[in-house]
Amino acid sequence: MSALASLFVREWKLAVRVGGGALMGALFFLIVVTVVPFGVGPDLNLLSRIGPAILWIGALLATLLSLDRLFQVDRDDGGLDLILMADASLELVVLVKCLAHWAATGLPLVLASPLLAVFMNMEPEVIAATTATLLVGTPALTFTGAIGAALTVTLKRGGLLLAILVLPLTVPVMIFGVSSATAVVFGTVPFTTPFSILAALGLFAMVLGPFAAAAALRHAGE
Amino acid sequence: MSIPVSRLSGQGLTLDRGGRRVLADLDFVATSGEALVVTGPNGAGKSTLLRLIAGLLRPVAGRLVLDGGDPELSIAQHCHYFGHQDALKAALSVGENLGFWRDFFGEADDTVYDALDRVGLARLVDLPAAYLSAGQRRRLAFARLLVSKRPIWLLDEPTSALDAASETRLIEIVGEHLDGGGLVVAATHLALPFSRMASLRLGAAVIAEAVA
Repeated sequence: MSALASLFVREWKLAVRVGGGALMGALFFLIVVTVVPFGVGPDLNLLSRIGPAILWIGALLATLLSLDRLFQVDRDDGGLDLILMADASLELVVLVKCLAHWAATGLPLVLASPLLAVFMNMEPEVIAATTATLLVGTPALTFTGAIGAALTVTLKRGGLLLAILVLPLTVPVMIFGVSSATAVVFGTVPFTTPFSILAALGLFAMVLGPFAAAAALRHAGE
Repeated sequence: MSIPVSRLSGQGLTLDRGGRRVLADLDFVATSGEALVVTGPNGAGKSTLLRLIAGLLRPVAGRLVLDGGDPELSIAQHCHYFGHQDALKAALSVGENLGFWRDFFGEADDTVYDALDRVGLARLVDLPAAYLSAGQRRRLAFARLLVSKRPIWLLDEPTSALDAASETRLIEIVGEHLDGGGLVVAATHLALPFSRMASLRLGAAVIAEAVA
């Protein structure tokens, strides 16, 4: 197996086995979305109107929950030193780690969202649109979050700082994610307009994230 | 790596850590087929020197020169670093842990099973690494040096946590690496009976001299 394929498989195994964050993120997502109707009350119209936003906030928090361990586990056990010394380029290593993280924690959120959308009394076309925006938008959250994870890799309790660093950067993704989901029913613009910008943000994060995170990791050892 | 290395030398290496000068104007020469044993009290900069060679720290002054080797690759890419940390994942089995590093480093050498056999862990190939003892973790980490071919081995306290039999085995394996034209830099505060060795003593005053 090639170096990067083998890294992907290892990251995937670590995420889904005991102590990995994959199931934790999906469960957290479920809890957040389930709790909201209790707080907001049983107003079905209101729930269906704020549904896409709740799903997006839940997905954002669930992604952040496991991101702080993205590089820290490797730093804590000395694996990061060895990764830095390997032939594979660090940018590609970060890219592969993010893809594996998304496949293990982001993709389950996307798959669970249609079910949770029913809890929020959302229309079928809004459910489809929200799932599509999450599919395109959650990689952007992971890649943006990777920058924060790399910057806080040396801090023992870096999770909170990570959230403070990363949440402002995810605001554009949130705005365009939610607005394209609601555009189907309530919007004044067609679905594809905000959705294209969301897709562009995702691609931008996928390019910028690995370079920024790799630069941060190179300096983390000193 | 097909191109053999002949000599690794440091010239005037100076390095600061946390505002404190750890290495000052250090010169050393390590030749292939001979282990350079770095000794000195705690805090003398032994580990720092190894991390410097491994490319994990950058010197403020001085340079490292490698004679031989693949000119396309950095010095760090010629090195295996066997540090204090074992880089093992508790959730993966012994075989999976080692197999990952074999694929990741490339230049495959021994198979996973052969390498585990050489460090005496072949029976435990399917056991999760979480259940290994300190000495077994150390041996598994050392097996990483056997599954991928790199000519320079940087060993930081290689025999810590090992029993007498494992220590003898490790010395033998390092000896085989040296016989094959490999280069070894080992930091230790114990006497390591390598067959051919030079020594480098780092003092607390950090004025080091190479003793041939």
